[in-house]
Amino acid sequence: MGKLFSRFRYHVAVFFAVLGPGFITAVVDNDAGGILTYSQAGARWGYLPLWTLLPITLVLIVTQEMCSRMGAVTGKGLSDLIREEFGLRITFLLMALLVVVNLTNVMSEFAGIAGSLELFGLSKYITVPLAAVAVWLLVVKGNYASVEKIFLFACVFYVTYIFSGFLVKPDWKEAALYSVRPVLLLEPAYIYMLIGMVGTTIAPWMQFYLQAAVVEKGITAKDYLSSRVEVIVGCVMTSVIAFFIIVACAGAIWSKNPRDIQTAQEAVEGLRPFGPYAVLLFSAGLFNASIFAACILPLSTAYSVCEGLGFESGVNKRLNEAPIFYGLYTLLIVVGAGAILLPGFPLVKMILLSQVLNGVLLPLVLIFMVILINKTEIMGEWTNSRWFNGVSWVTVVIMVGLTLALVGISVRGTP
Amino acid sequence: MADNLLYFTELLSMPVVDLKGRRIGRVKDAAIVPLVHASRIDRLLVGGTDAWLAIRFDQVHSISLAKGIELSDEVLVPYHDDEFLLRIARDLLDQQIIDVTGRKVVRVNDITMGIQHDGERDTLNVLEVDIGVRSIFRRVFQGVLPPLWIRRMQRRISPNSISWEFANVLEPDPLRRIRLNISYAKLEQMHPADLADIVEELGPAEREAIFETIDSEAAAEALSEVDDPKLQASILESLEPEKAADIVEEMSPDQAADVLNELEDETSEEILDEMDSAPKTEVRELLDFREDTAGGMMNTEYVSLHENATVADAMSAFRGNEDLLETLNTLFLVDAEERLTASIPMARLFIASGIAHLKDLASATLIQVTVDEKQNRVTELFDKYNLLTLPVVDEDGKLTGVITADDVISVLRQK
Repeated sequence: MGKLFSRFRYHVAVFFAVLGPGFITAVVDNDAGGILTYSQAGARWGYLPLWTLLPITLVLIVTQEMCSRMGAVTGKGLSDLIREEFGLRITFLLMALLVVVNLTNVMSEFAGIAGSLELFGLSKYITVPLAAVAVWLLVVKGNYASVEKIFLFACVFYVTYIFSGFLVKPDWKEAALYSVRPVLLLEPAYIYMLIGMVGTTIAPWMQFYLQAAVVEKGITAKDYLSSRVEVIVGCVMTSVIAFFIIVACAGAIWSKNPRDIQTAQEAVEGLRPFGPYAVLLFSAGLFNASIFAACILPLSTAYSVCEGLGFESGVNKRLNEAPIFYGLYTLLIVVGAGAILLPGFPLVKMILLSQVLNGVLLPLVLIFMVILINKTEIMGEWTNSRWFNGVSWVTVVIMVGLTLALVGISVRGTP
Repeated sequence: MADNLLYFTELLSMPVVDLKGRRIGRVKDAAIVPLVHASRIDRLLVGGTDAWLAIRFDQVHSISLAKGIELSDEVLVPYHDDEFLLRIARDLLDQQIIDVTGRKVVRVNDITMGIQHDGERDTLNVLEVDIGVRSIFRRVFQGVLPPLWIRRMQRRISPNSISWEFANVLEPDPLRRIRLNISYAKLEQMHPADLADIVEELGPAEREAIFETIDSEAAAEALSEVDDPKLQASILESLEPEKAADIVEEMSPDQAADVLNELEDETSEEILDEMDSAPKTEVRELLDFREDTAGGMMNTEYVSLHENATVADAMSAFRGNEDLLETLNTLFLVDAEERLTASIPMARLFIASGIAHLKDLASATLIQVTVDEKQNRVTELFDKYNLLTLPVVDEDGKLTGVITADDVISVLRQK
């Protein structure tokens, strides 16, 4: 009995030792763009879209698990592996795309920061530059361990969505029912919404970030089983948050007057009748999610690019040792934040463009991942099992199909 | 740019022409046979109509950018994969190597070769490994733009290369390492702290290869310099227990105990079993102390003498302990029961005569701690009294070990 308990304690200890990368990556998935998508789904369709969260969780787990496994077994980042197996030219093109995609993503995060703080009456000309400086300093002056602690702390703030979901007093019976009952309406707007929800689930940068973070943390094949648990917990938590965002918007907006909303601020406005706390919690959550993603995106981009192309990288290097790393990192923040402040900047178009490029990049990244993870010379005994491979390829095909559909619809204009 | 230089990117897909001027194919790869010659390109692998052909260096008549490769011999053999060949495109390009002079891990973008004309034939020799932006430019535009344009355009970019002599190829497979004559001897000459930094950047397979191959003393020094205890442990774990034991024996007992503490009990027992008895007992004793106490911090590398000893006695004691001299700065006196009675700064011995009694040279106050003293208190004492070495005694006052300033610095750095 005592032995059993000590073994249990050992496992708990290992779990907390590996806690970080998988959890953070999954949670950051609900960034400014994700929150908007879920709010829109809830505001327009109420509880109907909830059933998609189950398959979304599965897809998320399958892809994240592969990345963290590759990181733990090889000790190398995803861009490292792509470089070694597919050569410099492909890596270069991939990285160039990644920089552009992520730059537009950074813009939408800073837009989220500006928007959420404007609800508190703060001007974006003050908040955005301050946020940019804070983000820059956090990473340049911090080290991985302390930054990770801050990130984990930021994850806790996502519970604000759970509270705001409760404050709205939605119809829990219906919410529970539609979580497990798939509803397919053959309406273009409904299908578009479904595709949007799945499409925002997996972004190319997440795969690069997760694998790099697993390596940086020093998780090895031996700790890997605990890491897998962490990935699953993170993915489930992400979907729980998404559930409450949809439910909050369904209870607050859809139940009164189902309508399309354009921005997350509109969702917040819809919560106003439910008291100041609901508004406060929802917009605090939006701010937290945006600034959290704004921290991770530029960093992860700079890491991936420098690793893939063989430049010095890492926050523990000094400025003159890793000029390209810090240069790229700074550039992404300055341009990303600056774009929000430029009057007349076509922000909506840029976000649309980022969605399109996302759709171009994601298939490549996912296909490379499945090819890499099946190479015995890289993964040894840790390659995909046959059934997992089946699941992976099906996931990849579905994701690629849906993302391309999203791109097609985005380009042609919303129905 | 000198005409007798050729980049590997230019060699790839260069046409090969036989004696009658017929084109027989394009270059697909080139290989060195390191056992025969460390830098000469020994074979050119040419993709013909169906199978690849291998061309020996003495079958080549001339090599030029304009005309490609002209042969001097008709008899070509089909290429078979040969374990003695180090193939540039397959084994070197896009892979990580160690830059021994620059003391870092770099990724190979391109190879610069020299063309040697001796009238009869042209021979290629590997001169440099290219790693900078210039070589990325070449790789990206290779085959897209004519080679002469690329040469002209790249002049604006400053070159970044390391000499082939100082490039250390990484090969995880021990059999291939022997066949390819890859030695890690150059790494043994590096400062252990630099080698530790390099090891931290590599993946587990390459790490293991380095520690398996370099001699135990260099391995022990490098392992001691690795900052992360978890990483130290995972390196030891990856090695055969005999090799791990050899390395642990060479480490100072306190560091050995720290590393073994990080391992699972079974693994550390296995390693201890393989160790010689003298170092094993010392390490075992240290293993019993809690890590965050003086006992866990201390090492057993000190010199103590009887309290009636003279300076001459001290000198002869040093002669028997040459390996300690590099770090020794304090000498201890004990009574007949081995209880600590005084500490003497070594520098005082230089100006004392040989017959002087050591106890007359002792420091005015004897500062000491017991084995169960808390880590925080120890660092406090170092700060307060500006110590270099702090003696540690057991509950009876017997001298059992010393804590040195570098132990304290490691503790403080990890906070």
